Amino acid sequence: MADITLRVNGSDTKVSVPPETPLLWLLRDTLALTGTKFGCGAGLCGACTVHLDGAAIRSCSTPVSQVAGKSITTIEGLGANGLHVLQQAWITEEVPQCGYCQTGQIMTAAALLAKTPNPSDEEITRAMNGNLCRCGTYERIRKAIHRAAGGTTTAGSAR
Amino acid sequence: MSTMTTPKSAGLSRREFVAAGIAAGAGLVVGFYLPHRGRTSKQVFSPNAYVRITPDNKITIVVARSEMGQGIRTALPMILAEELEADWKQIEIEQAGASNLYGDQTTGGSASVRTTWDPMRKAGATAREMLISAAALTWGVARSSCTAQNGSVLHAASKRQLSYGDLAEKAGTLPIPTDVPLKQSKDYKIVGQRLPRVDTPSKVKGEAVFGIDFRMPGMKYAMLSRCPTIGGKLLNFDDKESKNISGVSYIGKVGDSAVAVVADSVWGAMEGRRLLNVNWDDGPNKDLNTAMVKESLKQAAAKKGASLYSAGDVSKVAGRKVSAEYELPFMAHAPMEPGNCTAYFQGATCELWAPTQVPQDCRDSVAQALGIDPDQVKVNVTLMGGGFGRRLEHDYAVEAALVSKTAQAPVKVLWTREDDMRSSTYRPASLHQLSAVVDGAGWPVAFTHRLIAPSISGQRGQPGPNGIDPDLPDEAAFVYGLPNISLEYVQTETPVPLGWMRSVYALQVAFANESFIDELALAAGKDPLEYRLHMLAQNQNQNKDQDISFFTTTWHTARMRAVLQLAADKAGWTKPLPAGRFRGIACFACFSSYVAEVVEISMENDTPRVHRVVAAVDCGQVVNPSILEQQIPGGVVYALGNALRAKITIEKGRIVQGNFDNYAPVRMEESPVVEVYTVPSTEPPTGIGEPSVPPLAPALCSAIYAATKKRIRALPILS
Repeated sequence: MADITLRVNGSDTKVSVPPETPLLWLLRDTLALTGTKFGCGAGLCGACTVHLDGAAIRSCSTPVSQVAGKSITTIEGLGANGLHVLQQAWITEEVPQCGYCQTGQIMTAAALLAKTPNPSDEEITRAMNGNLCRCGTYERIRKAIHRAAGGTTTAGSAR
Repeated sequence: MSTMTTPKSAGLSRREFVAAGIAAGAGLVVGFYLPHRGRTSKQVFSPNAYVRITPDNKITIVVARSEMGQGIRTALPMILAEELEADWKQIEIEQAGASNLYGDQTTGGSASVRTTWDPMRKAGATAREMLISAAALTWGVARSSCTAQNGSVLHAASKRQLSYGDLAEKAGTLPIPTDVPLKQSKDYKIVGQRLPRVDTPSKVKGEAVFGIDFRMPGMKYAMLSRCPTIGGKLLNFDDKESKNISGVSYIGKVGDSAVAVVADSVWGAMEGRRLLNVNWDDGPNKDLNTAMVKESLKQAAAKKGASLYSAGDVSKVAGRKVSAEYELPFMAHAPMEPGNCTAYFQGATCELWAPTQVPQDCRDSVAQALGIDPDQVKVNVTLMGGGFGRRLEHDYAVEAALVSKTAQAPVKVLWTREDDMRSSTYRPASLHQLSAVVDGAGWPVAFTHRLIAPSISGQRGQPGPNGIDPDLPDEAAFVYGLPNISLEYVQTETPVPLGWMRSVYALQVAFANESFIDELALAAGKDPLEYRLHMLAQNQNQNKDQDISFFTTTWHTARMRAVLQLAADKAGWTKPLPAGRFRGIACFACFSSYVAEVVEISMENDTPRVHRVVAAVDCGQVVNPSILEQQIPGGVVYALGNALRAKITIEKGRIVQGNFDNYAPVRMEESPVVEVYTVPSTEPPTGIGEPSVPPLAPALCSAIYAATKKRIRALPILS
């Protein structure tokens, strides 16, 4: 067990878990932030994507010891005031089917827009290719990112 | 260490009930119940189990099928709300758990809309008629002078209006009519509209509760170590090291082939499981491998099969004979949300929170496993992170119940991706022997398809009447009106656990049929579209369509022609393609729907890259076009993954693939643009979840042939 302090969705959070615990399980089990999903446990599907100091990471493969003192944003903290522009675009384009992978998709897309406010199709594919969707929503994801980019003048993740 | 027993659940699964019902001609009345749940009280008007209206003008519609992404929590209430003349904005949705009020609650076979179209409409119409009566009585006017619209009853002559909420109490005192009028499709205001899905906002906010997300006070997490060899058993285990993991509270045997590690976190349970030292008895299949499976199919091909369909006599047709064999591997469903279920056993009762396509089967199987009455098992149905047929099983629910009982706590059993890949049920591997006799112009005058495959239901002790797997009537139709046809099914055995995977046998049957027809067309020097349209054409002598009766379904060649022509027109079939682009076409009819697809590709380093898929669909009345335009591309992308790479192989009795690295679905870079077109129809709605899957692989392989002159007769393409 180790006492670890990190910042989650803007709040300083102190937890006591084995240091090798993947961040995913700290978020889901300890902090009850279940919007971040478990899909593969091996960094292959992107369902567990969160932001570490603004960058998209796979929380299933990131030990808690590596995020001590750092700032984590999950889907629950993405929209600082109401919906993030991507979440709104996801609703407008009716992206989700089962919806399970979509929070991870949105987190990856948010990190993309933070760096590349108006991405090309190729940039979208490159950024999103690590996020699997078994319902096959990829083309709507692409449309939603374009929509969000078009509607955003200042880029990025809310935090 | 304590032990538990896992009785292998016997009997017909829920999925089989649906299939059997359709085979017996009862498909469209499965779930046709309008039970009065006796809940109408002063506060609640509830003329049947599907709808409740309260004086605060709230309308609650109960959805008795499971939401796994197909939009059922939106589509079914739309049907009821249409007949109710409700204001869609006042509708609240309630998910039913396992119940006896709604008939068969199995969500599978693309059946939810087609089998509840009538009950949902009648449920809404019954409530509407009673609300009109209540208004007429209140005002003392003729019933015929009152109309229902937008959640109210109006009396136009006196310009009076009462909301459904105002009328609820009085309506609840009236007798329930048995024969209510239903609306005509031209008057629909909700059905056919692009209404947004009710579940979208919660899913993009991360608030939606999937099975894996359910939490309750005191809940523990369990991981199971399952025998890695098919049919193997537990010998013994050493849990010394596992017990050292912080938070591990219980370790025990589950049934005769698994050990559960229970902890206060998922990670604790995972670590505890990792450190278990288990000895397995590998059992009778320890030498099984994929080559043996293929060989067993070849051996079985020598046997005579059961006739699925016969016209004329293929054995007596003279002419040039052409033949080809096609084969397909085992495949895994691999939904994004791995298997899980939460159970809380408390002495004589058990409550489940299950992401399941079969709530009633979960209830009954858990009751049997625990030795309690099914009435003592409550099943709550959560959202599902995909299903694709994997959640037609109840294994996760039984495991959770048994572990909760012995660990004496509410327990969530969670599977990892590797658990899901290796301890699953699989799409049956199959071999297909196709042959045709063609006339001098290359037109087929006889067509034979011998389908050699193990039976999903047969493996569960329900091989179906006359040795015909009960799924085949919905999935193996041949809609071309040729004078001599023989469709035969040779049922084989395999120890590999089999399951119903999206479109089930239709994927295999369509790949073989449509690939072979493509071969015949090209051998005859004819255009594959024209070739198909010719076979689907009206009989020249009688000037009428040669509709096909296949078991209890009548397939209309005119409807198949229409989707083929629509797909071809929208794809620009007769127009030349840019250099380096190639295309193929295929069609198939299953789950009472007709779909044709044109696939456009280029070849990059010997690998097909699919740019565009044009899909044309006839599924009768479309309930929500927006949901249809999700489901059809969803099926296409799922099918593309199946066609390109999906292959489960076996070595030493164990499944080789484990995660998304060696069982790799389609990613964004491979995902085509999918265009969806529908044939306008007022026929009753039919399936949309599965019918877009089967045509994709043969159309893709046709395009690959156009590009490379190489014929692919075995899936996956990139093996």
